[in-house]
Amino acid sequence: MSRHPRSRSMGWPRRIAHVALILLALVFLVAFLLLPLATVFVEAFRQGVAPYLQAIWQPEARSAIRLTLLVAAIAVPLNVVFGVAAAWAMTRFEFRGKTLLGAFIDLPFSVSPVISGLVYVLLFGAQGWFGPWMEGHGLKVIYAVPGLVLVTVFITLPFVARELIPLMQSQGSEEEEAARVLGASGWQLFFRVTMPNIRWALLYGVLLCNARAMGEFGAVSVVSGHIRGLTTTMPLEVEMRYNEYDYVGAFAVASLLALLALLTLAVKTLLEWRYGDEIAAHAPGGH
Amino acid sequence: MRRQVLPGFGLSFGYALTYLGLIVLLPLAALAWKATGIGFHGLIQLLSGPRTLAALRLSLFGALLAASINAVVGLLIGWVLVRYRFPGRRLFDALVDLPFALPTAVAGIALTTLYAPNGWLGRWLEPLGIKVAYTPIGVLVAMVFVGFPFVVRTLQPVLASLERDVEEAAESLGARRHQTFFRVILPMLAPTLLTGFALALARAVGEYGSVIFIAGNIPMHSEIAPLLIVQKLEQFDTAGAAALGVALLLLSFLLLVVIALLQRWSNRWAERAA
Repeated sequence: MSRHPRSRSMGWPRRIAHVALILLALVFLVAFLLLPLATVFVEAFRQGVAPYLQAIWQPEARSAIRLTLLVAAIAVPLNVVFGVAAAWAMTRFEFRGKTLLGAFIDLPFSVSPVISGLVYVLLFGAQGWFGPWMEGHGLKVIYAVPGLVLVTVFITLPFVARELIPLMQSQGSEEEEAARVLGASGWQLFFRVTMPNIRWALLYGVLLCNARAMGEFGAVSVVSGHIRGLTTTMPLEVEMRYNEYDYVGAFAVASLLALLALLTLAVKTLLEWRYGDEIAAHAPGGH
Repeated sequence: MRRQVLPGFGLSFGYALTYLGLIVLLPLAALAWKATGIGFHGLIQLLSGPRTLAALRLSLFGALLAASINAVVGLLIGWVLVRYRFPGRRLFDALVDLPFALPTAVAGIALTTLYAPNGWLGRWLEPLGIKVAYTPIGVLVAMVFVGFPFVVRTLQPVLASLERDVEEAAESLGARRHQTFFRVILPMLAPTLLTGFALALARAVGEYGSVIFIAGNIPMHSEIAPLLIVQKLEQFDTAGAAALGVALLLLSFLLLVVIALLQRWSNRWAERAA
């Protein structure tokens, strides 16, 4: 934010060019980002407030909301623990194959959501590796909640680790080593020294991880089986209502997800403004 | 090697590796193993089917085109957001991440409604003879939407740190504005631009949720490869689905390798320019 445009020394032709570039960029941003967002809310309220409220209060909608919250409540903490462990190992120690480990952590970002769902069908489906054994023991993963949780864990695995690794790398381990020398135990130094240093980056990672966990569609649609009231998360409920030509219903549930997206963006922007230095330079957050 | 003072290597490394193994590596191994079940001959037969070929072609070339559009538009928007000051700049800057935050199914139905013949944008395009919804153009629009933030976000920090002195030096030496841009700025941005391009491409090749609504999914016309995988699964053809999945994965990894090579080459170009 340091440099100012050379507005005073600019000639007219260049000033016109600047305004034209800004307008062009704004037209694109409005048409491409703002209009789809506006469409969601306009369509949701097309028939007024009462049908909207009714649509999001139907039992299927409520069970979809519950399921979405449940899946995220399991998947996000799991990936937080993993992210912290992976970042600790990757940034505090030297070992062979570190680059490879980093590449494996990023892997879910470069795999199509549909393939993410597919691999779990191949493991736990009726014709999968463990499918027949699990069926024999009355365990159901595919077309059931455990499958939804597993694919969500897979899809959102990199988010927290990716935020923490560059930050902890740049912070170094001097403070922790000092605490160690002064006699702190491992957990003490982690909670008293490391945690305060990484909390905002951790929150940032949790935010992105949660947004993806609640909004994931492709992977969960492969393993869900679309059983209403049992295995349909909010994005799947949106799809089913849309395909049944229940547009108000589809956009009503979609509007809740859009609100979640807006809230995520707002908190994310706030974190970047207030704690930019403590979040560190980060690469774009993947899918 | 220096003796480690900090504790917890065994626990953190062991946990991370076990978790990765169970969640990521084991399932991907199942994919590779299942795909071999159909055999080499079967794989060739599957992949050379006209419908599969058409879907793979649409996913591949649609993603390449979308990532190219994103590179150009992303450069424009990154440039405007970093270099110029105007009202609402911070708001628009925050909005750039919308495609990351908005669930793909929501984006999918919103784009479809927007570009349908009676939609806010579709009704203006229809008289011009441009059909977007339920055509390959619709697929392209969805792919551009989901890949949009990658180029802007990778470029922004580089644009901000780009030394204005270099531009001013070029201009004081008599370079015209467009010469400065194409001979000095663009070469320095090229490696970063390629990174953003690669991320947008990888995303678009495998994209599903935002595409299937607007695509209309007409076989041989607007059907993408991930949808074929879903259809094979619905027909309980797991071996076929696995084979297609492996083909799609290999395709995107191949693209990423090519881009990594291009990047190495453009790094040298950037060094020469600087």
